[in-house]
Amino acid sequence: MPAKGWIEVNEKYCKGCELCIPACPQDVLAIDQQTITSKGYHPVNLTGPGCTGCAICAVVCPDAALTVYREAKVKKTQSVASPA
Amino acid sequence: MVSETNNATLVYERPESLTEMPTFYCPGCTHGTAHRLVAEVLDEMGIRETTIGVAPVGCSVFAYNYFNHDYVEAAHGRAPAMATGIKRVLPKKMVYTYQGDGDLASIGMGEIMHAAARGENITVIYLNNAIYGMTGGQMSPTTLPNMKTTSTPLGRDVEVAGYPIRMAEIISNLDAVSYVVRRSLHNPANIRKTKKAVKTAFQTQASGMGFSMVEILSSCPTNWKLSPSKSLEFIEEQMIPVYPIADFKVNPEIKNIKG
Ligand SMILES: Cc1ncc(C[n+]2csc(CCOP(=O)(O)OP(=O)(O)O)c2C)c(N)n1
Repeated sequence: MPAKGWIEVNEKYCKGCELCIPACPQDVLAIDQQTITSKGYHPVNLTGPGCTGCAICAVVCPDAALTVYREAKVKKTQSVASPA
Repeated sequence: MVSETNNATLVYERPESLTEMPTFYCPGCTHGTAHRLVAEVLDEMGIRETTIGVAPVGCSVFAYNYFNHDYVEAAHGRAPAMATGIKRVLPKKMVYTYQGDGDLASIGMGEIMHAAARGENITVIYLNNAIYGMTGGQMSPTTLPNMKTTSTPLGRDVEVAGYPIRMAEIISNLDAVSYVVRRSLHNPANIRKTKKAVKTAFQTQASGMGFSMVEILSSCPTNWKLSPSKSLEFIEEQMIPVYPIADFKVNPEIKNIKG
């Protein structure tokens, strides 16, 4: 099972340059024509499932606009009572 | 701790060494990528608070607004001279310049050559986009033969305007330099290699081995009049044949640096 991941696009930084779109190995990124950022760009967004959290989009992003997450394997360890 | 209740692992986030300010760079300009790599390296080395950058004149003139550490602004081309002074007075600080090809290879040719010849213990991040970006796309010393710019509308005629200057090769011939390489930002693999080179350059300085420079091939979609992704193809197909990606000088001691 490939890892499951997702990204968050920070619209303050994304300029819709589209460099991440062809770089994405899963082909799950596209420009969101419905959204306009405060700077007037259409930002990129995730189009659906398939993201593995590989972060190649973040590697090519010139504006450090992307945060990448991956679903952590649920550990079977007993819950440790600890002050968070 | 509570990690098993939290099933999201953070894979990548914006580095702390960048401020919250969005850049004024055009969409797809890889100046931003280079900034990000420098910031990631400073974060990884844990030296954000002891680093001083020297900003150039050019599109990256506002680098001091984008980097979340101490920065000074040099007169056009004079960043290596300013960095020399700062490093000599504050030898424990990490001192680097961030310069474009117009800044470094044109008006600043004297400063870079002599700082390198003296083997100053500074790092130079040199972005080569083969054009004067900020002023509207005029020819720079690194413009490719036959490349159209606003000051060479018929293409750079080498009979009249000379040939591109390969700074990494030239600097690497100076005895006092320790680390001089060229890298490129045209695809993820090369971006990763660029980051590694930036880190090695900073480590070279941290170990007191003297002058280090990373020449980075970078895009200028606006002035090249290409889309951001076509600009990356331009780097790969047109620039790399003229500016090969290579290590030109690596002090043998560098391989003993760990990390
Ligand atoms: C003394 C002086 N001469 C000329 C200029 C005009 N000028 C501003 S930026 C620049 C060149 C910038 O090109 P480069 O260093 O390649 O940086 P880029 O903008 O492409 O990142 C020039 C000639 C200036 N600001 N000051």
